[in-house]
Amino acid sequence: MDNVTTAEGIAHAEHAGHDEHELSFLQAYVFSQDHKVIGIQYAITALLFLLFGFTLMMLMRWNLAFPGRPIPVIGNFLGMANAPGGIMLPEFYNQLGAMHGTIMVFLGVVPLAVGGFGNYVLPLQIGAPDMAFPRLNMASYWSFFLGGIVMIASFFVPGGAANSGWTSYAPLSVIATDGQTWWLIGMIFLITSSLLGSVNFIVTTLQLRAPGMSFMRLPFFVWAQLVTSFLLLLAFPPLEAAGVLQLMDRVADTSFFMPSGLVTGDGPLEISGGGSPLLWQHLFWFLAHPEVYVLILPALGIVGEIVANNTRKPLWGYRVLVASVIFLGFMSFIVWAHHMFLTGMGTTISTFFQTTTMIISIPSVVILSAMFLSLYGGSIRYTVPMLFALAFLPMFGIGGLTGLPLGLTAPDIHLHDTYYVIGHFHYVVAPGTIFALFGGIYYWFPKATGRLMNDMLGRIHFWGSIIAINCVFMPMFVTGLAGMNRRLYDGGMQYAHLQGVLEWNQFMSYGAWALGFFQIFFIFNFFWSIRHGKKVDDNPWQSTTLEWQAPSPPPHGNFTTPPEVHRGPYEYSVPGASSDFSMQGQAPGAEPAKV
Amino acid sequence: MEIPYTVEARPDTGLNNVKLGIWLFLASEVMLFGGLFSSYVLLRVGAVEWPQGAEFLNIPIGTVNTIILIASSVTMVMAYASLKLGDFAKYKTYMLATVLLPVLFLCIKGYEYWEKVSHDHLPSHSTFLAIYWTMTALHGIHIIGGIVVNGYFWGPGSKMWHIKREMFENRVEAAGLYWHFVDLVWIFLFPVLYLL
Amino acid sequence: MSGSAEEVRKHIATYKKVAGALGVFTIVTVLASYLNVPIPLGITIALVIALTKGSLVASFFMHLSEERSKAIIWTLGLTVVFWFVLMLLPLFTMSDHIGVHKTLPNANAATEHAEEAH
Repeated sequence: MDNVTTAEGIAHAEHAGHDEHELSFLQAYVFSQDHKVIGIQYAITALLFLLFGFTLMMLMRWNLAFPGRPIPVIGNFLGMANAPGGIMLPEFYNQLGAMHGTIMVFLGVVPLAVGGFGNYVLPLQIGAPDMAFPRLNMASYWSFFLGGIVMIASFFVPGGAANSGWTSYAPLSVIATDGQTWWLIGMIFLITSSLLGSVNFIVTTLQLRAPGMSFMRLPFFVWAQLVTSFLLLLAFPPLEAAGVLQLMDRVADTSFFMPSGLVTGDGPLEISGGGSPLLWQHLFWFLAHPEVYVLILPALGIVGEIVANNTRKPLWGYRVLVASVIFLGFMSFIVWAHHMFLTGMGTTISTFFQTTTMIISIPSVVILSAMFLSLYGGSIRYTVPMLFALAFLPMFGIGGLTGLPLGLTAPDIHLHDTYYVIGHFHYVVAPGTIFALFGGIYYWFPKATGRLMNDMLGRIHFWGSIIAINCVFMPMFVTGLAGMNRRLYDGGMQYAHLQGVLEWNQFMSYGAWALGFFQIFFIFNFFWSIRHGKKVDDNPWQSTTLEWQAPSPPPHGNFTTPPEVHRGPYEYSVPGASSDFSMQGQAPGAEPAKV
Repeated sequence: MEIPYTVEARPDTGLNNVKLGIWLFLASEVMLFGGLFSSYVLLRVGAVEWPQGAEFLNIPIGTVNTIILIASSVTMVMAYASLKLGDFAKYKTYMLATVLLPVLFLCIKGYEYWEKVSHDHLPSHSTFLAIYWTMTALHGIHIIGGIVVNGYFWGPGSKMWHIKREMFENRVEAAGLYWHFVDLVWIFLFPVLYLL
Repeated sequence: MSGSAEEVRKHIATYKKVAGALGVFTIVTVLASYLNVPIPLGITIALVIALTKGSLVASFFMHLSEERSKAIIWTLGLTVVFWFVLMLLPLFTMSDHIGVHKTLPNANAATEHAEEAH
């Protein structure tokens, strides 16, 4: 044991360069306060949750493709309560649906995009030695971790996990099984985590910028993270309030979300009544719409970095991009009720939210257009991260444009709660955000490990994924327009009007499983490259931003010499410069440190 | 490299990290209680009937508790001012009062709760009592948090004054900001629940 | 709050005044609640007093009146804006009934009114 500790200690000393005191293994890798370790912890935990959430979906897709048929092999392990004889019960399908959404959003994408990338890259990009509050940072990760454990554990309580959808609409969620209580407790942990994280991000960005790093020299990624943090800071607390109220409804028999006169299969409910189910939806979407932008903004930031780097020219319209991101963040607080057009909310207010929704699409289009314009005239390097970033642009475009009919009250009557909605937001989040996150992993992997990820495996992963993922989501627009409801556990086979589109269900399922297959290449590549990837220097992509000035992997404290910033973030191909990239920390006239 | 601006203010923002951090935290707290107040309004205007606070709650007790909490806010600000004047002994006295007054508040609150329970006025009784219990309990949790933090800065944490004086002042300032916010929430809770 | 002992003493004098005002306002709001005024007026009085007290605490105890930091002012400004949006929730929920000549606060009331109409 002693030997192991010493070996770790030496390994760490090598890593850490001039780190003064030796840290034990637990301090260095488990309860670490270093933003890079926490970022990697976040990223790996979130990737595992993403895989888990994806697995739930692959199970659901079996039942959609072959309703009533036993699930091969896996079906035997799901338990009698969930899948007797390997045939999935509707109740279990509902659990999978609710938990797929919850896990993907709250335990997968946000922790990876904000907790993972934000933690690892943001302090490096602004030239900071660490986050402003390292201990809070650690608390944030462990709170997230606990929340995740509670969520996973809820599968094993009587009645299984939460089964009222990731939106947990009352009154259904209030009378649901115990899993819902666990869901709420898990959410409170997750909200605490993102609260601590967002305070930390904002303070770090405002306070710890290196000398010369003015706001207009911040990389676009940092701006995206900053706005995201404000969304998390101000939008999550109302959901926390709502979570507390729903917890009270479930545990203390209050009636915050329970109207009078509710009757279930067991007769009238014994409650005081007088509550408002709409209140839950309002409070939920007050968070959950900004949450959509929490999902997308960091992805836009990552794509901005990769695009500028691989086109070898500045990001088109940096100031416009920054203004758009800020405006987007602001507007995201006043569009939430477009999720609620069919609640009987009233036409006056529906019209208001329809208008704000159309307004918020403007900055989104501006950002996307600026990214496309950045490509124009560039000598594009088709590296693996760039492939993902390039795929992001049209995919996010499809997701965004298909959202417009949903934001208009009239077409939403037809489209609400159909597969069209599923297709729309998955295009934004899956081939959109998650592709950008994959791109980010390939892009920053050499910074975290000093090695590149394998190029060939990366290309197989990309091309397989992009084809498979479109096979999954594109048909959803067809089935959705035909009126297929999103929550039907048998894929709608009982409905006469859906008979013509049922065949797509199998097609989409095969797409999903193919998508799963191609992730194997990524998983293998990820672990293989940590030890066997091609060794590279500190700046393998010849990038301009500060994180590439630090050693790979950066030691504790990040920079060997305190960085100073002399120029904007994307000075590629500056006329008259000696190389096609001028690093932010490079003094005017000086040669690039290392090419 | 050390993390900069943990103690001294950054020239261009005019802030140290702690102060900005605590204000951001308070901003999120505003939204948390905002959500609850908004729910209160919504449920109240939607209700067929809504009791006057006095039907269930004891106004004199609530008034005494309000005065107690305001007093603790005053002692808090005096504790901080004493630190600024370099009078550590006075700081200790004021801080002790800041810790003990909310303990008294919680005792009185506990008595109120006990009275409610003995009359079967539980949260499930009506929406009014539900919101009363939820909001006061959540506020109570904030009070407990404040007592712990202030207690720490009165007791073991105060050693820092002799070592890193400025850092200690910043921390007490942040704790004070939080404590005034908790007081501020009660200033709204009291009339909303007891008097209206 | 920063600066010399002189300034701190000035602050302390302010704190004492503010403390007195808070005490007085507390008594006033309690006494006002015993007056037999219509409920909307009662709510207005209580909220105005609460708002005054809250501003006193924020301005002087939390030193917002002399806060010069843009970061804090902007953050709080933003929070206030979104807080107001949040407080519009009841309006958004009740908006079905804007411009309609009946009050339909909830399901129970709806049936009562419907019965009256028949």
